[in-house]
Amino acid sequence: MTGIRHGIRFYVGNECHTLADVAPTRTLLDWLREDRGLTGTKEGCNEGDCGACTVLVVRLEGERLVWRAVNACIQFVSMLDGAQVLTIEDVRAPDGSLHPVQQAMVDQHGSQCGFCTPGFVMSMVAGRKADGLAQDEHAIDDMLAGNLCRCTGYAPIVRAMRHAVQAGPDHFDAMAGEIADRLRALRDGATVELDGPAGRLTIPADADALARVMVAHPDARIVAGATDVGLWVTKGMRDLPHVVAIGQVPDLRRIECNKDGVYLGAAVTWQEARAVLADILPQPDAEVIRRIGSVQVRNSGTVCGNIANGSPIGDGPPVLIAAGAKLHLRRGDVRRVIALEDFFIDYGRQDRAPGEFVEGVSIPRPGADTVIRAWKVSKRFDQDISAILGAFSLTFAPDGAIASARVAFGGMAATPRRASRTEAALEGHRWDETTLAAARQAIMADFAPITDMRASDWYRRTVAANLLTRLHADCGPENARADISVRAACANAGGHAHG
Amino acid sequence: MREDTPMADGNSFANASPPAGDGIVPGGASDSLRHESAAMHVQGSATYIDDLPEPRGTLHLVPGLSTRAHARILSMDLDAVRQADGVVGVYTAADIPGDNQISPVGKGDEPLLATTEVSFYGQPVFVVAATTRNAARRAVRLAKVEYEDLPAILNVAEARAAGSPMVWRPMEMKRGDVVAGLEHAPRRLSGRVTVGGQEHFYLEGQVALARPGEEGEVHVTSSTQHPTETQHMVAHVLDRPANLVTVEVRRMGGGFGGKETQANACACLAALVADRMGRAAKMRLDRDDDMTMTGKRHDFVIDYDVGFTDEGRIVAVDMVLAARCGWSADLSGPVIDRALFHADNAYFYPDVRLRSEPLRTNTQSNTAYRGFGGPQGVVAAERVIEEIAFATGLDPLAVRLRNAYGTHDRNVTPYNMVVEDSITAELLPELARRCHYEKRREACRAFNAGSPYLRRGIAITPVKFGISFTATHYNQAGALVHVYTDGSVQVNHGGTEMGQGLHTKMVQVAMRELGLGTDQVRITATTTGKVPNTSATAASSGADLNGMAVLDAVRRIKRRLVEFAAAHWNVGEDEVRFAPDGVHVGQKVIAFSHLTRQAYFARVSMSANGFYKTPKISWNGDTGQGRPFYYFAYGAACSEVVIDLLTGEMKIDRVDILHDAGQSLNPALDIGQIEGGFVQGAGWLTCEELVWDRAGRLRTHAPSTYKIPACSDRPRVFNVELLENAPNREHTIFRSKAVGEPPFVHGVSVLQAVSDALASLDGYRTCPRLDAPATPEMILRVAERMRHGSPPA
Repeated sequence: MTGIRHGIRFYVGNECHTLADVAPTRTLLDWLREDRGLTGTKEGCNEGDCGACTVLVVRLEGERLVWRAVNACIQFVSMLDGAQVLTIEDVRAPDGSLHPVQQAMVDQHGSQCGFCTPGFVMSMVAGRKADGLAQDEHAIDDMLAGNLCRCTGYAPIVRAMRHAVQAGPDHFDAMAGEIADRLRALRDGATVELDGPAGRLTIPADADALARVMVAHPDARIVAGATDVGLWVTKGMRDLPHVVAIGQVPDLRRIECNKDGVYLGAAVTWQEARAVLADILPQPDAEVIRRIGSVQVRNSGTVCGNIANGSPIGDGPPVLIAAGAKLHLRRGDVRRVIALEDFFIDYGRQDRAPGEFVEGVSIPRPGADTVIRAWKVSKRFDQDISAILGAFSLTFAPDGAIASARVAFGGMAATPRRASRTEAALEGHRWDETTLAAARQAIMADFAPITDMRASDWYRRTVAANLLTRLHADCGPENARADISVRAACANAGGHAHG
Repeated sequence: MREDTPMADGNSFANASPPAGDGIVPGGASDSLRHESAAMHVQGSATYIDDLPEPRGTLHLVPGLSTRAHARILSMDLDAVRQADGVVGVYTAADIPGDNQISPVGKGDEPLLATTEVSFYGQPVFVVAATTRNAARRAVRLAKVEYEDLPAILNVAEARAAGSPMVWRPMEMKRGDVVAGLEHAPRRLSGRVTVGGQEHFYLEGQVALARPGEEGEVHVTSSTQHPTETQHMVAHVLDRPANLVTVEVRRMGGGFGGKETQANACACLAALVADRMGRAAKMRLDRDDDMTMTGKRHDFVIDYDVGFTDEGRIVAVDMVLAARCGWSADLSGPVIDRALFHADNAYFYPDVRLRSEPLRTNTQSNTAYRGFGGPQGVVAAERVIEEIAFATGLDPLAVRLRNAYGTHDRNVTPYNMVVEDSITAELLPELARRCHYEKRREACRAFNAGSPYLRRGIAITPVKFGISFTATHYNQAGALVHVYTDGSVQVNHGGTEMGQGLHTKMVQVAMRELGLGTDQVRITATTTGKVPNTSATAASSGADLNGMAVLDAVRRIKRRLVEFAAAHWNVGEDEVRFAPDGVHVGQKVIAFSHLTRQAYFARVSMSANGFYKTPKISWNGDTGQGRPFYYFAYGAACSEVVIDLLTGEMKIDRVDILHDAGQSLNPALDIGQIEGGFVQGAGWLTCEELVWDRAGRLRTHAPSTYKIPACSDRPRVFNVELLENAPNREHTIFRSKAVGEPPFVHGVSVLQAVSDALASLDGYRTCPRLDAPATPEMILRVAERMRHGSPPA
């Protein structure tokens, strides 16, 4: 604990900025374009869906530099304390030559109207920095899922990326030491407090400080990645008089993984959680997590934020509920742990007292006799909000009967919810056609979904039941089928290549 | 008559297409030159309007939109808006000095700002000017507008039921006796296909920056595909002559037809405030406002009645094409007309009657969108083919070939234009051969026989797309070319750059004619101050029209330089030749810059206007007869898909396209248009769904709810080839063909492939009658119907 600092500090390019009077909800995009005149970063949607505003945020985590693509439109400047921001204006090498990504985009005719292009370039530059450099088509799809292009049909951009991944180091590699040094110099362990006409900002130094702030100011708004709260500001034009930014609070960034399971602190992003959750969840569920938002969204958005905002269609909660996750809540020094499903009381209502906050979530490691599956169904495969998300955990007894079942759905009710009648229809029975028929019946009684722009109630009910059929086909008594989803089928379609 | 106009002699372009291996300048026409802005695009240094430095005191505008689909305005209390932080002014229709009208077709049915009544949810009612954009966005929400609701008509069915008026005269195209033809046909069937609309989703939203000048001048930088029309609209609204209004656009961040007329509102409102306040004013729409306010692709309900033989040959077609036009005419008339022009796609209909119903509804005023109604007509044509295939048990490809336009007979369209250039009958089998259609079709069927949850489908569809504006007077273009004394060249023309590479192609035309490199030819922003009275950059016509105008201008200058050089160096004019290594003058080779400097000293004008008008075309919209198109562009696509019977999810596995771009001006750019057009067309027919609620409010008004294809939606295998050795038989610019819209239609092959996959559910016995968009829900619904014989509850 080294006192209080009344200003946030971060780098953009090679310039260090200290801001003492910035509004806590000023978006990075508006600040770059309007205050700094850096207009290479574009606004396409102002809600984190199109990626035209993608920038790189580089942080020193421990002694390791981490490069992340994020959407500047829903990133508050106040969240960038201690960061290095790199924009499209920084990508060209100091000698004026194009970055390998830029050169590949030019050579492969990867830009047409050019408006989305800076965002693509930033995602591609960031993708080159990711662990295990993206080489295959699926990795490139994932890297670019958060960037929309209306002109090219993506083909030349993917061709450019294939070339760019083969290019050697870039000038950012050469700058890494320098960036690490400058970010290290910004570390002071201070609590940040800004209080001005435009609002108040607190960046607590640790979880205890956060607990104190929240007791003292229960109306303060906790912001971790702002992938949801950002839209309250950019679309809802809401005032947030007191923002508490927790994204970099060290003890909330804790990830623990042991034989019992995984604990994720409140500031752990989906991108960070993805690797550890993949360790305890089987592949189809890991695929659901890969399909949460996009790289940019997962780089900012946190697992606990996805829970705390109580969205009926958040993709994380149903999976975590099925997996038996527990939520860790804290108010002052009082902590309690509840089953995740109990947190969601009703639409927009959660079991959280004034001044109380989500400190973390823990997910148990499933036993060898447990099968977990989750499937997301949406209009578009990537970067879409679920019409329905079904998550299933079946634990089998030695005799082959289902000893216990946890079935949770998103998009089927006002909150993420368990399907208790379906679970009852499964438990104690062998996972056969008869049980499947009973479970399909039961799920109709479990939910009365609504019709909206994503899907009709008919579709939601039908698909919910059909996901039970898919579950049966995937992990029923017969052999698991490889061809139960269109994506899996497509993965095998490469052999059809043009002769 | 100007002596050196290329139009003076129709044959003067006989040599426009270069003999192979001769005269092609590296980077010149026919070469895959990179987009002229590519290096700027990738560095973020290509400026769009919102990136321009703002003049001191620039005001930021946000429109106040109606929250009723159809209502009388009882009162408007804007005091709270006026008093909000940062607000400088609030403007209503009463503040408009000129005509409160922006109907692009002079119908007078589209007020810029609503007065006493609102006609759709999202109509601009007032505009707020503030010192910052966010201040204006906050303030606009403080308005209190009282409405009295009126009956709202939201879609085609309601419009028909209510006897809603048409926004445009219905069109009828007919030949022969369709009633007798249908009655005497050996086989007959009828049905209905519905096709959804489409949001343009240009990545750069609508934006305009207006700056006041002297004595009523106003300069508007507008993201518009039609600067001249924008100029006229601003002039009308401000009650000024056109010579006080300059409209300029360097580039757009996408257009796709969505900035042909829809740019006018922002430009006019910005100009209005700039003029009133004497300060620069900028309006850049928020994405939600943009999607709520602006028109989209028309959705259609198309009823067909078709007679055919047991061999699958069509004998008569009767179709009614009804479209949701929205609250005003906008371009709906010509759009719906073009749906009729393409309701034959590539097929000969012996007896035919096509009728349109352009219906007025209380929704956004639907507008131009890549293909301009044509793709909707093609969807209907392909449904008819599909129906016949299932009815006769023939492969749809066989039915397509059996009905393709002939070259000597069976070659007259429903509007009595002779199709002189049909290649569909060769193109379809050629693509089928290249992509192994037959083998893969069998493989799909074999797969489906053993697959409980996944089904594969494959389809091959052609496109024949008419090139020219059907409004004949639009088929003209101008250019202005300057050659400076140092030999550098500046090219300006009436077309606009929205990503399609038009400027690149125009640079290539000049490079090729003068033997210059990219660094010597520069394109500048399109502005009404340089080239007046231009047409919209639309109808795929940009390169065709402006390319010829640029060529005309360049050749005028070239002719003067040749005359000068011949006289100056005492050689024959035929001994002066422009080549990449310099200007050949007799035995000498001199630098182009040397020639231009000498020409300057000799007082030779090195600036010229160019002009072009498309020959041969004529069209009478009242009789539905004529030759509306100079030529047709052709292509064929084969798509293979896999669908999930449990969820309706779909994935495009593989796509093969063979497309006719004539003698391509730039193969790389053309392939880019084809790839991008295909994915956009496939998106329209699959994941892109517009949803309105009962109140008439568009619920899919942002990318969070409106899903255009993402990267992983592109076909896993995507082979695109240009048809080889296929110069345009007409005298187009270097024998190329237009390529903006035709490839969009290739997306229809995806809809047909999904249908093929669904047909497996009953052993390919019945036509699935899959409507668009084929969202997962639509696919699942049809699957349920195919399995159970009745639609799900």
